[in-house]
Amino acid sequence: MSDAAQNSSPPVTITDEERAELRRQGILLTSLQELYTWGCSNSVWPLNFGLACCAIEMIAASMARFDIARFGSEVFRPSPRQADLLIVSGTVTKKMAPQVIRLWNQMPEPKYCIAMGACAISGGPFKQGYNVLKGIDRFIPVDIYIPGCPPRPEALLHGLLELQKKIKGFKISGPNAPRHLRDDQECNCPVPEFGEHDLQPPQNPKVWTAPTIVRSEKA
Amino acid sequence: METAEQIRDRLLARFPGAEISVVTNPGAAAQHSLLLGHAHARAIAEFLRDDAPLKLDQCSNVTGIDWPEKKIVETTKVTVPDPAGGPAKVVEQKSERVQPGYLEVVYHLYSIAFRHGPVILRLRTGNRTDQVTVPSLTPVWRACEFQEREVFDLYGVKFEGHPDLRRILMWDTFKDHPMRKDYVEPDDYEWEPTPHGAVLEKAKAHYPTPPAAAIAPAAAPTPATGGAKS
Repeated sequence: MSDAAQNSSPPVTITDEERAELRRQGILLTSLQELYTWGCSNSVWPLNFGLACCAIEMIAASMARFDIARFGSEVFRPSPRQADLLIVSGTVTKKMAPQVIRLWNQMPEPKYCIAMGACAISGGPFKQGYNVLKGIDRFIPVDIYIPGCPPRPEALLHGLLELQKKIKGFKISGPNAPRHLRDDQECNCPVPEFGEHDLQPPQNPKVWTAPTIVRSEKA
Repeated sequence: METAEQIRDRLLARFPGAEISVVTNPGAAAQHSLLLGHAHARAIAEFLRDDAPLKLDQCSNVTGIDWPEKKIVETTKVTVPDPAGGPAKVVEQKSERVQPGYLEVVYHLYSIAFRHGPVILRLRTGNRTDQVTVPSLTPVWRACEFQEREVFDLYGVKFEGHPDLRRILMWDTFKDHPMRKDYVEPDDYEWEPTPHGAVLEKAKAHYPTPPAAAIAPAAAPTPATGGAKS
């Protein structure tokens, strides 16, 4: 495991199959990056935190029938200090949003966020109301979006697998390193205040800006 | 259980001078309700709770209604005698009047002891701006407490005699009352992936005006597909 040598020299092209074959023969070949992301991706501990009906599906995913433990995420932590993953499972009302963002800020890096269900993604059926946040991604960076109303436990497991894939692709150095390994990126998100009609500010411009839409006049 | 009219008659016998009227429900449910004046509302509520044949010991639901000011056009038929001596004509006369707006609080009462109900009470405010106080029935039924707070929060009805009248759903620094018909919600429709209807109109205000060159020329409909494809 000569990590320094491997990081500086050109990368050794060895496929996953070849590496697995070597492992079967008793030879463990790895790099610090591979070991790190392997460890991170297989022990993603979610925060024990639910908001609405999606939380019921999240609970179902953790129980024996769907068994999130198969993917190393069975340890639902009651404290944000011990959690890696914030599953925003349900409707985020504007009154609840500062608390969700505060929980996110209290989680140590590396941390990930899954927006589960239509409400967490965009406000869902409550989008046209006055009281529901139009997507948690207006305030905190979201890694995985799982559509559904609510998504089935299989969909949550699929989202977790996609997150694991994403973590496995992380580089531990260089310009593509994740946020917590770099100095130029802010890890905390500002908690909005309650205004007269809306949260102030109504979004975090560092993580979300409205996409520019150019519509053609086509029918 | 007694009908609303029977209850009203009994209440009028017990509380002479009280303002009580029956508001009929023309729908299939036919759940008629009693509209109470403010002066006797608390006493009447206590009477209904303790009355032996009714014993309405549970208030299951409190809700608010916003009735904005509306114009009512009334058509009346007037018989006009013909000056020439012929048969009198019937002429329709239209008159407009403005019904002032008000807020209404509705209570649904049931009896757990006798398993009957609901008896429906209504309280109305004077208007929608400054006379928005009604007497609280929380001292009669404790179950009203949170629901009256909700009506206060969302409709702005003030309950006199409520032990703890604060907002319950919205935050304390929130202004206005979101369930009123004239409430304007915050405009955060910067981006709509699937705009439709009223939301489209709101979202359009946020659209940037694209330069003329950026607008893609409309696809000419081809005769083969009939131009059905967009």
